[in-house]
Formats: sequence, structure tokens, C-alpha cells
Amino acid sequence: MLECMPKQQVEHTVGKINPAKTCQPIGAMYASLGIHGCLPHSHGSQGCCAYHRMHLSRHFRDAVLATSSSFTEGASVFGGAANLKTSIKNVFEIYQPEVMAVHTTCLSETIGDDVPTMIRQSEVPEGKYVIHANTPSYKGSHVTGFSNMCKAMVTYLAQYDGGMRKERVNILPGFVNPGDMREMKRIAQEMGVDFIMYPDTTDVLDSPLTSKYEMYPKGGATVAQIKDSGNSKATLSLGAWSSDAAGVALQEKCGVACIPLHIPIGLKATDEYIMALRNTAGVKVPSTLTVERGQVIDTLIDTHFHYQGKKVAVFGDPDTVVPLTEFLITMGMKPVYVMTGTPGAAFEDQTCKMLDEANITERKIKAEGDLFDLQMWIKEAKVDLLVGTSYGKYIARAEDIPLVRVGFPILDRAVHPLMPIVGYRGCLRLIEQISNALLDRRDRDSLDEDYELVM
Amino acid sequence: MTISDIELEQMYSRYPDKVKKNRKKHIVVKEGPEAVQKIEANTRTIPGILTQRGCCYAGCKGVVLGPIKDMAHIVHGPVGCSYYAWGTRRNKAKADENTPPEKMFSTMAFTTDMQESDIVFGGEKKLMTMIDEVVKIFHPRAITICATCPIGLIGDDIGAVAKAAEAKHGIQVLSFNCEGYKGVSQSGGHHIANNNLMEHVIGRGTRDKVGKHVVNILGEYNIGGDGWELERILKDIGYTVNCVLTGDSSYLDIQNLHAAQLNLVQCHRSINYIAEMMETKYGTPWLKVNFIGIEATIESLRQVAQCFDDEELVQRTEEIIAREVARITPSLEQYRKICTGKTAFTLVGGSRSHHYQYLLRDLGMEVVVAGYEFAHRDDYEGREVIPTIVADADQKNIPELHLEPDKELFEEGHIHLSMSQEKFEELKKRVPLSYYGGMYKCMKEGQIMLDDFNHHEIESLIEMLKPDIFFSGVRDKYVTHKMGVPAKQLHSYDYSGPYAGFSGALVFARDVTNAMTTPAWKMLDAPWDAPAASGGAPDA
Ligand code: SF4
Ligand code: SF4
Repeated sequence: MLECMPKQQVEHTVGKINPAKTCQPIGAMYASLGIHGCLPHSHGSQGCCAYHRMHLSRHFRDAVLATSSSFTEGASVFGGAANLKTSIKNVFEIYQPEVMAVHTTCLSETIGDDVPTMIRQSEVPEGKYVIHANTPSYKGSHVTGFSNMCKAMVTYLAQYDGGMRKERVNILPGFVNPGDMREMKRIAQEMGVDFIMYPDTTDVLDSPLTSKYEMYPKGGATVAQIKDSGNSKATLSLGAWSSDAAGVALQEKCGVACIPLHIPIGLKATDEYIMALRNTAGVKVPSTLTVERGQVIDTLIDTHFHYQGKKVAVFGDPDTVVPLTEFLITMGMKPVYVMTGTPGAAFEDQTCKMLDEANITERKIKAEGDLFDLQMWIKEAKVDLLVGTSYGKYIARAEDIPLVRVGFPILDRAVHPLMPIVGYRGCLRLIEQISNALLDRRDRDSLDEDYELVM
Repeated sequence: MTISDIELEQMYSRYPDKVKKNRKKHIVVKEGPEAVQKIEANTRTIPGILTQRGCCYAGCKGVVLGPIKDMAHIVHGPVGCSYYAWGTRRNKAKADENTPPEKMFSTMAFTTDMQESDIVFGGEKKLMTMIDEVVKIFHPRAITICATCPIGLIGDDIGAVAKAAEAKHGIQVLSFNCEGYKGVSQSGGHHIANNNLMEHVIGRGTRDKVGKHVVNILGEYNIGGDGWELERILKDIGYTVNCVLTGDSSYLDIQNLHAAQLNLVQCHRSINYIAEMMETKYGTPWLKVNFIGIEATIESLRQVAQCFDDEELVQRTEEIIAREVARITPSLEQYRKICTGKTAFTLVGGSRSHHYQYLLRDLGMEVVVAGYEFAHRDDYEGREVIPTIVADADQKNIPELHLEPDKELFEEGHIHLSMSQEKFEELKKRVPLSYYGGMYKCMKEGQIMLDDFNHHEIESLIEMLKPDIFFSGVRDKYVTHKMGVPAKQLHSYDYSGPYAGFSGALVFARDVTNAMTTPAWKMLDAPWDAPAASGGAPDA
């Protein structure tokens, strides 16, 4: 596997070889699914939409529906106004969503389609909404697309009524699985915090199979909730790349204070999430959460010898990788290679600072990297463990390193979208996966005489 | 289990008038064995319809070029297109005597990852640098460049870059203007890929006809190892498989594609262009085969054997058929018991839905609704309709190659097959060379054909006809599950396979049986939801 890779360090300076990111629209499509009754719409040729639906379906193992403007050559030359207007009419008549969330593709972006004007000129049925985000694929990554659609929810829908602010917190969860969103909500509920979460893909992309099909499952933040988020007291914006743009827009538009945080992956980030909820909502942290936290500490102490001191390479989306790196450090591991495909100098600054504090000096950090880079680093100096998406499996096999799958997308393992990696429960799950991967490896590699029952 | 007009009208009633008018032409309820009914196909998708179609690039890179294992496929455009076509079609490939492991690029993705400034100032330089670096790092035997949507718009001349790179590096660099918006579906991309391979790669090799009874398998992509199963059977009978296009194929094999006596065409839609062009240029006869299903495989093997003037081959074919059937029948029986009498929908691709009708019939099942994403009328109605197909503007955008017989390599069909002209004429009466009958003839009265099927129609038809199982792609799969109907993916086989040939039939039978009988289907309702024996209302 991958014997074609060069044996010595070579740099490549343009393009991506085995990319670690993908294009904006897929992120926008995912975010849109977190609005109740929303049908995402891809304004471009239908191939993008087909690919994005395919990839999301594979990751979530759930239905992902979205329409397309189905550009052919004509639309590409004369602009897509006619296609979008026809689409809006057809979508509302045939599929009857509450909201249609339009995102662009690199095609409609390149021809410069003015989507807001097209929407304004279209007939949108009474009480229904069409929102839009520009998601040019040649900027940023899928995370940027997610962020742009979250921001569109604010700019199109959120309102401040001018009255007293409600004792309520908005939670922008970032580009995470429904299982993670459910866990973040559970923590907030446990604390008795009144909150609105959006986007919220719980009960949409982890909806139950009951033999009764609903094109629009019961989940998702309602338009009313998103509107009302302008009246909340504060917004916890989780993940700088995926949520800050929306958080800041809400602060500017409606004056809701934006508190930027990490996605609560790992002990510290979870602590910070809980403290932020406690302080903004003025509630007390219930003992149930204290118990959960204590269980994590207990487990870390009990299991540290499985992983402490091991070298690890981490890659994925910046909002996942940053707190994940922090947690790996908390576990006593050495994240020596930290990489994201998404651009952003802040990524390098933040991880660099964490690694400095942990005194991990021999390391490589890169934003806007690709898996070719990562594999070349590993060839130069090996690691004990790889943590990242399914695409890491080629490297894992070629370099013979165990892989723990975390992030988006995971295309080859089961149940992950329902199992949180956030919160204290998420900590336990990460410890479990990492420990077991390393222990399995030890079993596999041990000599007969070293093969032991108790580990 | 047929559908009434009233039910159909009910399905159409959701549609605005224009949409209704359009869609009615793409839906055919078969009237009877003698009926000749037209279906509209290969025309634009209605904007805003929840279609399952992909784009031109998907057909070109995703389907046809991607499986060529020893070429570096550089996708010129923003990152996404390359990313989604990376490893997702399960085209299996392995190193062999032609292709050492260090020349295998099947698990790699190369993209110029165009950025905003590249879009503004043009990406030709970047593409050239990328080619330079890929050559320096990987030393591929040849390179393909595929253009995605914005490339055509900004006017990058990928043909010129390819030419310059070829001169610079001394390897072939092929460019494909398969921008996503071209044509109306992935079909245009198949055509573009076919043309380019025909014009620039096929025929460049100097391989002589190796072995006896040399065949190519065209339009077989080795998903889940299908191609390997076919090679196993054909080799056992005594054929030499010259090249499988493009599943597990190498650049070298494709250059030598002309060194075969007969072309077997598995997927008609994606590759018939090459079969036809090779017939014109080299005189190579082609035969549409179907290796999906036991009866279909047997029938195809018998037809292929007849194409060679060799009694021994015919006999060996019967021996292998008998051996294979004896091998799989006992295990198959247990599955057949469960499958018999069940109904299915097959909605996938541009030939597959038809192929699977045979395999399902082997299991005692009936396909009640069948359709394609990107077929043309001849895939439904048979090649006899080709002269009556009127090309519209979208079809005219895909260039046609007009070829002449090759001065050196052209041979008459009968010479290819080493038989006399008379025997060849006789053969043509028995075996339908250069012909594909299409899906329609395989359908029975009351069964439904759907072109460019969409979510609403699928949902309505499932509700009305309640099939026992649904075959399509991953985008429909989970919707179907939520409707209480088991679904199997016929693009990726749900990560199983092979499904072709004799071994494949068995794997398929097992997978289908498991899908229908997995115990969870009986446990959909929670115990507390059932009305209590005492007659009380359910809890939830
Ligand atoms: S990169 Fe552009 S053309 Fe490709 S899938 Fe993404 S949006 Fe579509
Ligand atoms: S049947 Fe369809 S999906 Fe399959 S290879 Fe042919 S064109 Fe592709």
C-alpha cells in the first residue's frame, strides 16, 4: 500500500496530494440540515450536490436530501437566475420545506451569480424562507462552508426585539456530529440552562427508524428559535473556524455577547464549556457533572501507562484538532505532528503555544497541509498512534501505525455519529479508543512468551 | 402488483404543470409484450428536482479514468471534486507483472486545489508546476488531467499545458475537458473519456495477440472484484483476457486494447463508444454481455464461445458452466427459498438495473420498478432506436469522434475471429454482435421504467408498491430504510462483492437474504407501542 510514496523527504509546493480538507458546499449542506424542516439547495451543476449528499450519507449513515439548480452549459454561460427561480418554485411545491437554504458552488461563484437578488426576485410562499450563503470552493474548506451557512442563519433570521434580554444562552456547537450536539445539550439541560442550539442536527441525522418515514424529521432548530436567538443574553460560539463568524454576526446585529470557546473536546475544553454556561446563565453545576468529571480523572490515573509518553500524529478539522491536541497533552501523550487541511495561521499559533507549554519541542505543525505532508513526516520519524479521519487509513497501513478515527469524515466505521467525543463522556470514549488501539497493538506485536492476560 | 392510473396521477399531482408534463415522458408503464413505448432520456434534469444524477466529471474521472491504476490522475480545480472521487467507487486494483507496487496510484488523490487568486489569474502555471512535481516525486507512466466546473469558465487551456508537459517529461499527458456542467449527467463524461482514450492511447501499444481466443472486457470496473471473477471464469475456459477496461487496468494494457479478437461489453452506457469506434477503426467485433446472474452468465459465455470457430472451446465452456453451477447450487438453494416471490426496485447506473433483473430472477424475485440515472434511449429501448434519437443542444456539446479504418491494423470481423466470411455471416444470425436490446424488453406488463428518477417518485412508488427490497445507491439507501424497506447499494455493493459471475451470484444471494431477514426488521415497534391486550391505547 502506497509503495509509490518517495522514500526520502521531498516537498511539493502546489496543489494537494491526498487532501485533508474538502470544499465549502458540503459544510453548508450539513449546517442547513440543522434547521428544522430545511431543504438544502445547491446552486450549480448537480454533480456537486450528488457528491456532497453521497459523502454526508456515508459518514452519517442516514438520509441526506438536497436539491440542485442542475446547471448545464447554458446556465453556465448566461447565469443561473432562471434555474434558481425554477428551483425555488419547484422545491416549495413538491417538497414543501419550511426553509430552503441555498449555497453556491464553485461554478455559480465563478460566473458571479448574485444569489440574494435572485432570491428577492423569486416567489417564496407566505411564511416560508429562503436563506443563502456564498460558499466558493476555492476558498477555505468544508469548515468555512459550515461557518458561512451558520452566519447566514443569523443574518437572514435572527432578530432582536429591543426588549429585556431573555435569561437564555445560544449555543453554536460547531462542525460536530449529532451525537456531540446531543451531549452538549444534555450537559446544558443537566445544569438547568435555558438555551437555543443551532445548527442542531440531532433527531435529523441520528433519527430513529420507526417504519414511518418523514422527509423532515422532528429535529433541527426551528426558525422561531433562530429568530429568537437575537434576544438571548449571550452566545457560546464553539470552535473559531466553524462558529465565530455567526457568533460575531449575532453580536453585531442583535447585541448578543459572543463568548468564543473551543468545541468541548477533552477535559479542559469541557471544563471551560461548563464554566461558561455556569457564569452566563448564573446556575450551579450539579453534582452529577462533578461525578462525571471525577470519573474522567479516575480513568486517566488508572490508564495512563497505556498511552503516556507515546508519540501521536493528529489531523482533521482545526476546531476538532486544537482541543484534541490539548486533551492528548492532558493524557500525557506527545502530539508531535499536528495538521489540518483548512487554512488559518491561528491554527499554527494555538497548537504551537500548547505544545510549547507541554515542552514538546520536536514537532511539526501545519495548517493547510495534506496527507502527503503528514506521511512524509511520519516516514522521517515514526509515531505510535495516528488520530484522524478515515483517510488516515492508507497511512496507517503503509506505515504500520494504529489509527483512532476521530472527526469528519469517517466512512469505514460504525456508530460514530451517535457517540459523542465531547464532554466528559467524550473524554472517556477517547481514552477508551486510544487505550484499546494501543493495547490491541501490543497484543498483536507481542511474542508468545510476552502475551499476557492482564494489561 | 401493478399500479393504477389513479395511483400514478396521485404521484404526479404534487408536480407543478410544467414538471408533470416533463416527467410523464420519462416514466413508462409497460403495456404488454407487443407494445412499443418510447421513453425520454438523456435530457436536462429539472432544476430543483431531487435528482440522483451526477455530473460530467463524475462520469469521466469518477467512472472511466479513475480505475486506471498506474496513471496519476490530476484533477484541475478546487479541492472538492478530487476529494469525492478518491477511493469512493471501490474499484479494486492490485500490482501484477505489468505494474509493480511503486507504480500503483489507485489510493492517491492529486488536485491543483485552486484558490481564489488562481481563479482570477488563471491556473495553468500552477497545473504545470503540479505536473512537474508529480513526475519528479512519483514517476508515473502517464498522467491524466481532468477539468472541473470553474476551469472551463476561466478558460485555462489544459490541452496546451498537457502538450507542453508531454514534451517536457516525455510521458503521455492526457487532458479531459469534462467540466461538470457539460451535458446533462455523468453520461457526457463517459463519452469524453472514451473519445480521448480512443484517440490518444488505444492502438499505441505494439503487443501481438497473446494466446488463443483473446478478448477484452469493456465497461467493467472491478467493483468489489467483479472483474477478477470474470477473468477467473474466462481464463478457466481458455480465453486470454487482454484488458479489462478500466477495472484494475494499466496504461500499458489500454495501449494494447486493439490486440484482442473480440470486445465483450459489460456496461453499455459507459463504454459503447469505444466498442463502436474500435469496430470502425480496427474491425474488432463486439458483443454485449451480461455477467450478472447465473442464467445471464451462462447465456453470455455460450454466446462468446460461439464467436470463435472452435468446438473444443464450446465444450470447455459447457464443462465450466456445469462445474460452476454444481458448485454454487446447493448453497444458493437456501437463499432462493427465502427470496422466491419477493419484489424489488432496481434504480442505478446506465446498465446495471437491467443486468440485475436476471440475477434477481435467478433468485425467484421480480423487478417491478427499474430505472437509470443517466441512460440514453437505447439503454432502455435497444439500439434499434438510435437512428430516431434527435440530438439536442446539450448532446451536441459533447464532441463526436469520426474515425476511419486504420491503414495497418484494420481487419474484417471474420479475420479477427479467425473464421471464414460465410461462417461469420452465419454467426451474426445466431449471436447478436454489435447489438444491445435494452431493458424494456426484459420488463413485463405493468412494470415501470423510470428515467432520471427522483426522490418524490421513489417515495411514492415505494409507498404504493411496497417492494421487499430496494436496490440503488447510498443516497437513497437510508431513506428507504426509514420507510421500512431493506436497501442494498448496487454502486458499492455495501462494501461486499463480487456480485458478478458464479461466485458473485452467491455472494449477492447471501447479502440480499441477510438484508431482508436481519432480525431487527421484526422489532421496529417498541413493545409498549403495541395496543395492550386489554384494549388500552399504546403508551407513546
Ligand atoms: S470543488 Fe466545486 S465543483 Fe467540485 S464538488 Fe466542490 S463545489 Fe463542486
Ligand atoms: S451501469 Fe452505470 S454505474 Fe455502472 S458502470 Fe455503467 S454507467 Fe457506471
